[in-house]
Amino acid sequence: MLPADPLRPPAAEGPLLQVTDLQKSFGTNRVLSSIDLQIDSGQVVALVGPSGSGKTTVLRCLNGLETPDAGVVAFRGGPSVDFGAKVLKKEALSLRDRSAMVFQNYNLFPHMTVLENIIEGPVQVQKRPRKEAVADAERLLARVGLAEKRDDHPFNLSGGQQQRVGIVRALALQPDLLLFDEPTSALDPELVGEVLAVIKELAEEKWTMVIVTHELAFAREVADEVVFMDGGVVVEHGHPDQVLRRPREERTRRFVQRLLNPF
Amino acid sequence: MDWELLRTSFWPLLSGGLTGTIPLSLASFAIGLALALVVALMRISGQPVLSGIARFYVSVIRGTPLLVQLFVIFYGLPSIGLTIDPWPSAVIAFSLNVAGYAAEILRAAILSVPKGQWEAGHTIGMSRTLTLRRVILPQAARVSVPPLSNTFISLVKDTSLASLILVTELFREAEQIAAFSQQFMLVYLEAAAIYWVFCLVLSSGQSVLEKRLDRYVAR
Repeated sequence: MLPADPLRPPAAEGPLLQVTDLQKSFGTNRVLSSIDLQIDSGQVVALVGPSGSGKTTVLRCLNGLETPDAGVVAFRGGPSVDFGAKVLKKEALSLRDRSAMVFQNYNLFPHMTVLENIIEGPVQVQKRPRKEAVADAERLLARVGLAEKRDDHPFNLSGGQQQRVGIVRALALQPDLLLFDEPTSALDPELVGEVLAVIKELAEEKWTMVIVTHELAFAREVADEVVFMDGGVVVEHGHPDQVLRRPREERTRRFVQRLLNPF
Repeated sequence: MDWELLRTSFWPLLSGGLTGTIPLSLASFAIGLALALVVALMRISGQPVLSGIARFYVSVIRGTPLLVQLFVIFYGLPSIGLTIDPWPSAVIAFSLNVAGYAAEILRAAILSVPKGQWEAGHTIGMSRTLTLRRVILPQAARVSVPPLSNTFISLVKDTSLASLILVTELFREAEQIAAFSQQFMLVYLEAAAIYWVFCLVLSSGQSVLEKRLDRYVAR
């Protein structure tokens, strides 16, 4: 069998991830009331909604950074975790093996070079040969235009460059699902484009992605499906043109209006 | 000024430093630091029993004089049937003492690393232990070098207390030479100068280490 090409998403069709009745509270604050989501292989889902609507929490539950109070998170081919039942910690953490997260604040490791950041997961966790991991990392870096930065430390990079490294670090894990948590929110406006361009390319290559974003124009362009959340529930979801241009629900309409005409 | 005494006493004092003070300091610091890491991790473990034990330990160590700790181990323990030689007694007392102080330094240093770093480690599949080792501790190390250097330099000087349980080190040599020659001022000042030089060397070592760990930080 040929080794997986790190530049390409794993080929597959049909539903990759099924989320059923996901619930999460922080103390008395109910953040997710009951979330259902289905994500197909190769699909790009944009998660939009006002701040505090729970979109980031959904993402974090999928990556095992938060433990839901109830609900089922099931990947095709496993793991499938029912958080309503008694969940072994190990089982919950195995969700992480299928996805990789790109953070709003990049969260690169400042004490490592760009290359070390990228190969850390493949080498330390996945136990892949270092040589192979380095070769993959270099190809991925070249692809996002940062080949010459491989030996720099993150502090020498602009925000846009750091976020591109963040994306490469996620890709290097060869995940089935890429999770983006407001990937451009911490960036200066003139640096947003370079990061969105990379995400768009990934979408064209049919990576499966869930993107939490406030960039509605971008969502309309790259997403196959837009999910609008408010108050811990999915208010409406569907094709980007439908949800963002002809919303059925009043709450969606108000949100879109506010983002389009902020003043 | 008795130059002859200054000259003849120099080598015994220096060798007391090199064979007593320095190895005692290094051994106690190494063991103390390892213990401090355990105590710091217990403290931030979030488990009430473990963190309670750690808190109690730090409180006792910081709330009692080092000299008392030393005497309890060397003079106190034999009365419950546990006799320990001077050297190991000193190492035990100093290690336990260093651990109490260094634990708080390490705890603060670990907590100073942003939470996002833990999450980044977890998202690439690392366990808590691996994240701690590969991501958190290297960054905490940088933060903790200056305060740990302080602890180490204090320790070097505190080892003079070991003379009171008959460990041969720099200060015990000085006491003996001073008593014999009756030149207290001269001999003790000479001993002080040697301690000072030791500490100067350590301080420059600290700067080198800080520079080294600083390479990845924007300035």
